[in-house]
Amino acid sequence: MRPEVALPILIPLLAGSFSLVVWRSVVLQRWIAVLGTGALLYVSVWLLMTTHREGHVVMEMGNWPAPFGIVFVADLLGAIMVVLTGIMGFAVALYSLATTGKGHEKFGYFPLMHLLLAGVAGAFLTGDIFNMFVWFEVMLIASFALLILGGERAQMEGAIKYVTLNLISSMIFLTAIGLLYGLVGTLNMADIAYKLQEVEEPGLVTVIGMLFMISFGVKAGAFPLFFWLPASYHTPPVAVSALFAGLLTKVGVYALFRVFTLIFNQDVEFTHNILLWGAALTMLTGVLGAAAQFEFRRILSFHIISQIGYMIMGVALYTPLAIVGGVFYIMHHIIVKTNLFLVAGVAYRLLGSYELKDLGGLYRKRPFLGVLFLIPALSLAGLPPLSGFFAKFVIIRAGLEAEEWVVTGIALLVGLLTLYSMIKIWAEAFWKAVPEHNQNAHRLESQDTQLWLMYTPIIGLALCTLFIGLYGQPIYELAAASAEQLIDPSQYIEAVLGVQP
Amino acid sequence: MEPLLAIVVGASYAAGLYMMLRRSLVKLVIGIILFSNAANLLFFTSAGLTRGAPPLVPEGMLGPEGAVADPLPQALVLTAIVIAFGVLAFAVVLIHRAYEVVKADDLDQMKDTDT
Repeated sequence: MRPEVALPILIPLLAGSFSLVVWRSVVLQRWIAVLGTGALLYVSVWLLMTTHREGHVVMEMGNWPAPFGIVFVADLLGAIMVVLTGIMGFAVALYSLATTGKGHEKFGYFPLMHLLLAGVAGAFLTGDIFNMFVWFEVMLIASFALLILGGERAQMEGAIKYVTLNLISSMIFLTAIGLLYGLVGTLNMADIAYKLQEVEEPGLVTVIGMLFMISFGVKAGAFPLFFWLPASYHTPPVAVSALFAGLLTKVGVYALFRVFTLIFNQDVEFTHNILLWGAALTMLTGVLGAAAQFEFRRILSFHIISQIGYMIMGVALYTPLAIVGGVFYIMHHIIVKTNLFLVAGVAYRLLGSYELKDLGGLYRKRPFLGVLFLIPALSLAGLPPLSGFFAKFVIIRAGLEAEEWVVTGIALLVGLLTLYSMIKIWAEAFWKAVPEHNQNAHRLESQDTQLWLMYTPIIGLALCTLFIGLYGQPIYELAAASAEQLIDPSQYIEAVLGVQP
Repeated sequence: MEPLLAIVVGASYAAGLYMMLRRSLVKLVIGIILFSNAANLLFFTSAGLTRGAPPLVPEGMLGPEGAVADPLPQALVLTAIVIAFGVLAFAVVLIHRAYEVVKADDLDQMKDTDT
């Protein structure tokens, strides 16, 4: 029994059920939200320390030996992702204490949040491909419900697109699992990787790989499958947007990392080349979409897409250094992106709008908020010495070493355009004077005590960004150790099945 | 049996996709139903069909005798059906609510949040 592998899933599930039990008491639900996500953060750090010490941690459900039962496996990548889930869950839980409306809390905001975290953690930790599908669905149904809580017109329109495209992606995922099962007769990912080495039909394997790529590409928001993301992410309350922005697309990226290093590494020339060009176009279209927007959260939503491109570039180059870069980029990006959404929420609280033309004067009245915005914004754009610089640096260096000049050039250009978008937000929302037509300008002067509750997670995440940037060596070494495990799947197979491939 | 099922699966995928590409909300949901059922059937077919051989263990034995049907795809498809059903119930409620809010069954009326 290895409880630390199961606990990151069990704790949010339990916290969610307890929140349902105390359905009538919002106060108790709030306490459970903070305690539950805090406990999740604690056990996820425990899991990371164990995996760092011992390599892979495997837990077999019901004591059925590996290829027959469902296994939960934590390697370093999975553990890192779970720690990030814990950090995000805790930050967003604190933040939503101050921002979530009464109606949302009454209709199950907190139970759904726990369910979402459970689904995300389950997808990161499972070692069984069908089980991953099930966790994806758990996560999706929670996110559907969170997205439409409130029931405004924009939310409905966004939800239709979000639900349809994610369901199609799930069905393609199921199709791919079915074909894979027909081919190798097993669902355990380590066993699939082991048995695929002996399968004689490389063409069919590549087709299945492409199906997985499409399905995870939709979830990750990769080009050309990202249109649901900017259509829906700016419609729910800001705490929900922040949680989605930090975690949901990264589950797709994680799945790409897992599947395209462990299972589909036969025809790297073909599959990873498609991934590489997909990554380049994802970066470019995302950043160009952001440049055209004038709404705070829409700009940030498009930037999720452009940054996903860098992460996919990490797995697509498929060199040790590139995978280090990809993992490092995920760590940096989840923290930074959630933080930017949280800052957008504070701006909304103060001035009552997300439209850049209605915002202004934030720096003059709230200089501290300006600093808190600049830390993640400049980190996203990749300015040294913040975390984004090192993440981009590693990826671009890997691109140069692999001699992929065009893609690397695009990555550099996209960094520049990201800076443009961030400066646009800075100039409009923080620098210019408050526009005359904004009725809420007086709120900039007022002393809103709940603001401190909103500031706390923002400060915490900004400190994380600074820590990764200024004291990055241990984090980099963690990413390097994780990449070493990913590039050599035989470790994973041996840890799960106990055989040497 | 397999060729027939293969044709059914292909036709369901095609019909589901066609329905989803129409402009109506209701047809969108019908398309999703067809699509998910096609995926389930495909899973079932590709795992191999064995007729009239339930995987039962005779008394006093440790394993089933002879060639038996693989019980795993049946269990998995059952899970997939349940999930698809739950999601579908959600989708039906969602389009009802969306229809109430937007007052149209037309997907082209729902472009406010795009771009």
